[in-house]
Amino acid sequence: MARTPADLVGAQPDPPFEITFDGRRVTALPGQTVAAALWGAGILAWRTTRDGGRPRGAFCGIGQCYDCLATVNGEPNRRACLVPARPGDAVTTQEGHGHDRLTV
Amino acid sequence: MTASPSEPDVRAEPYDLAVVGAGSAGLSGAVTASELGLSVALLDTSSQTGGQFYRHPAPALGAVRPEALHHDWSAFSDLRRRLAASGTAHLPGHHVWSTVREADGTWTVHAVTGADGSGERPVRIRARALLLATGAYERQLPFPGWTLPGVVGAGGAQAMLKSGLVLPGRRIVVAGSGPLLLAVATSLAAAGARVPAVVEAAGYLRYARSPRALVTNPGKAAEALLHGAGLLRHRVPVRVRSAVTEVHGTDRVEAVTVTRLDADWRPVPGTGRRITCDALAVGHGLVPQIELATTVGCTTRRLPDGTLGLALDDLQETSEPGLWAAGETGGVGGAELARTEGELAARAIAARLLGRRSGEGRTGELRRRRDRMRAFAEVMAAAHAPGPGWQDWLTDATDVCRCEEVSAGRVREAVADLGARDARTVKLLTRAGMGWCQGRMCGTAVACLAARDGAAEPPSERRPFAVPVRLSTLAALDGDPAAPADPRPDAS
Repeated sequence: MARTPADLVGAQPDPPFEITFDGRRVTALPGQTVAAALWGAGILAWRTTRDGGRPRGAFCGIGQCYDCLATVNGEPNRRACLVPARPGDAVTTQEGHGHDRLTV
Repeated sequence: MTASPSEPDVRAEPYDLAVVGAGSAGLSGAVTASELGLSVALLDTSSQTGGQFYRHPAPALGAVRPEALHHDWSAFSDLRRRLAASGTAHLPGHHVWSTVREADGTWTVHAVTGADGSGERPVRIRARALLLATGAYERQLPFPGWTLPGVVGAGGAQAMLKSGLVLPGRRIVVAGSGPLLLAVATSLAAAGARVPAVVEAAGYLRYARSPRALVTNPGKAAEALLHGAGLLRHRVPVRVRSAVTEVHGTDRVEAVTVTRLDADWRPVPGTGRRITCDALAVGHGLVPQIELATTVGCTTRRLPDGTLGLALDDLQETSEPGLWAAGETGGVGGAELARTEGELAARAIAARLLGRRSGEGRTGELRRRRDRMRAFAEVMAAAHAPGPGWQDWLTDATDVCRCEEVSAGRVREAVADLGARDARTVKLLTRAGMGWCQGRMCGTAVACLAARDGAAEPPSERRPFAVPVRLSTLAALDGDPAAPADPRPDAS
């Protein structure tokens, strides 16, 4: 019986690479989204809500719910379940609307 | 090819047909129309064809057996082969935000580009006819703790598995209602997860009330048996007439409470049992994604599961001439029905544009198949329609709207104290449904709460912007659709 998803489909991926999440190194496989790479490392939350500051991550998995919004390479509000992971990507927990550095 | 499309023929605008969505319905429609001689543009948000049902890993993940995660993979690989051989212009990474009928009767399709639509290159495509094959998204009902990390959509867990080869946890409870749950549980278990329970709020007995639809759709029964056998093999127990009524944990899922339900989905006091798990995959059926059609005024119909689908004529045309729809947009019915409707629509479109009659043998056969599978879909929808009692598992503190963090208590206050009688008024009073997802996640719940004890109106599925669009994109529209932005796909 297959023990992992990769076993199940007989995956022979291209060489893995690293991204960072809040400075921590995370291994990603080419072809994975940012959300998939984070799930692969056991990370389920990469955003805190605007009002309650509660942790959130991927929910619908298909780009419809916008719960997985992350800050990727300094750009906030990227849907992590859609955006492909690229070598060296710096993913940071998005707080609220992601524009806190703007003093409005 | 699907992953890195060869550069399609760039034809003079407008195309004969623009197809929105490259899942089973859209693929089938696009290749059929192309084979019948039409010039076709096929737009889809994803970099790969297949839609949600045939979602599969990117080529770099090197999946030797992608079919291990799919039912009837050969039907998809056949469509993919035909797409590559056809002259269809496949436009991946195109997020359609609006469709507009121009004064000359043609359609303009507006899209933003890139993996998540944040690319800098907005696109306009013109076409003489339009086929909407935009599929569905998952229906959610809130419950205490459903916003905790580790609670994911059932379809979402399957999507992440199919494309990214990842799981949200090691012990995953699968809950909600609908046939998708069995497929999801089977996939998760086959991929190595422990599934301590599948929790289905309805029973399966309601299918037996419609023996004709069952007998005439033996393929569906075989599919169900396949999932049943898969669950047995992985020792996954199925609990019917039950629901997850609470999720436990501080910053992520640690356990869930599963409670028996009565026939109206009301939790039976004293029957709650705690199940330890580190993730919950939950969903309550699917909702047709039809906002591109409702925005241009297409007539809808209420489906037996309480969602809205497009009202279509016998050849898949909406109430707006020149605008056809296929697949889940007319009511959720699965991949085989979607393929059938896509082909039927394409034949009707070709007949209209080429001035031929379409009443030949193949069209008649497709219509009969469509009608038979639609009948089964309606039985399925009725069997899993949420009962009114689900609201009893909400506490006032439960978030209903995930985006705007609006609790059930605030929605109830808007209804009981402030006089709101419909979802729109609740939204204006509380912001429920006003966030990023535009009410896709909370729409059903808000509509039910607003209806008090009466029958809830289905959410209206009206979103003038189907996806978020930057102001700079709107500002760049010069109002001259005869001079569209470069419609050609990336030459990569």
